Amino acid sequence: MSKEWPLYEIFIRGQHGLSHRHVGSLHAPDAETAIKNARDVYTRRNEGVSIWVVEAAAITATAPGDKGPIFEPSESKIYRHPTFYDIPDEIGHM
Amino acid sequence: MYAQMVKSTGTGVKSLDEMEPEERAFQEKVDADIRIEARDWMPEGYRKTLIRQIGQHAHSEIVGQLPEGNWITRAPTLERKMILLAKVQDEAGHGLYLYSAAETLGVTRDEMTEMLLSGKMKYSSIFNYPTLTWADIGAVGWLVDGAAIMNQVPLQRTSYGPYSRAMIRICKEESFHQRQGYDIMMKMAKGSEAQKRMAQDALNRFWYPSLMMFGPSDANSVHSEQSMAWKIKINSNDELRRKFVDQTVPQAEYLGLTVPDDTLAWNEEKGGYDFAEPDWDEFFDVLKGAGPANHDRLEARKTAWDDGAWVRDGLTAHAEKKRTAKVAAE
Repeated sequence: MSKEWPLYEIFIRGQHGLSHRHVGSLHAPDAETAIKNARDVYTRRNEGVSIWVVEAAAITATAPGDKGPIFEPSESKIYRHPTFYDIPDEIGHM
Repeated sequence: MYAQMVKSTGTGVKSLDEMEPEERAFQEKVDADIRIEARDWMPEGYRKTLIRQIGQHAHSEIVGQLPEGNWITRAPTLERKMILLAKVQDEAGHGLYLYSAAETLGVTRDEMTEMLLSGKMKYSSIFNYPTLTWADIGAVGWLVDGAAIMNQVPLQRTSYGPYSRAMIRICKEESFHQRQGYDIMMKMAKGSEAQKRMAQDALNRFWYPSLMMFGPSDANSVHSEQSMAWKIKINSNDELRRKFVDQTVPQAEYLGLTVPDDTLAWNEEKGGYDFAEPDWDEFFDVLKGAGPANHDRLEARKTAWDDGAWVRDGLTAHAEKKRTAKVAAE
């Protein structure tokens, strides 16, 4: 069997000026071709104005087992949210 | 529904008490509708069954391009041709989304292709029926994509995250497919006598194969229980088939076409139609490879894979050459 093309993760920026968002992945021989293929697959209905492609092997991710130590500490820090503070009605919108 | 008779490797459904802690934690997540992601712990049976199911679904999208591709060069107008091209292109995309989802489970895309070509993996029985006239393209969109939507909508809530996300993308695009098919049927059914006959003939030939898409009756559906506990199957085969018939019969009536089933009748009591089961012997024969187009479909896939090998290899070599040149220049 021939050598398999590497996997690229595809990120698209939508019409409304938001950040690039992960939409899926595809195989391609190189990054340039990955962009061409991503255009054909992921922007057929006006979904985007910009494409990023990243080789999947280049992504470093958190491990599922680390979910607790990494994300739980923020659960107890409710003072980081605006609703933690009671502001009197007469102050108006703040 | 593009996955039929997917063998589940679980050995009967275990209760939570019978499970080891890892599996219990997994099942509790599934029960609580928390998505399972690629690197989370999962039972080996879940992984294997999903590879089979998603792989079969992906192959169906790709092989499904063949009966429709047959009519691209012969579409009756330029507009119909562009629409059909867009639809067939969508199917390629759907195949890709699903292959990508399956790959997260530790199988490569090339391995899946090889398994399709060697007959180890299947695709939906429906694509082993030929598209003989232009009206068949209408019937395929209306009935085949209609049946697929019936199954894919609930699968958006399936327990496996990558599969669920692929289904969400696919469902967004699938509605266009069914509507363009019905649009063709409307044109034909309201056209000349000859066109009407073609539309009726297409319905006659695609009705029962469409009903088969949901898989065997619940009584003969041996692998359902475990798949349902894992939430990789949401509704039973018969349940979805009934829903499909209830939805489709009025659409046929609107077209002035007759569903090829003498026993078809509205049943007030159950609030649905009574209808005839498809010929299950035919279904199993088609699955085994004896359908009218099995041979042609697999040959077409083999030819595409073999004849495309030099392109895949050439592009790999070109990419490597560029990479080496870039390193040398630095």
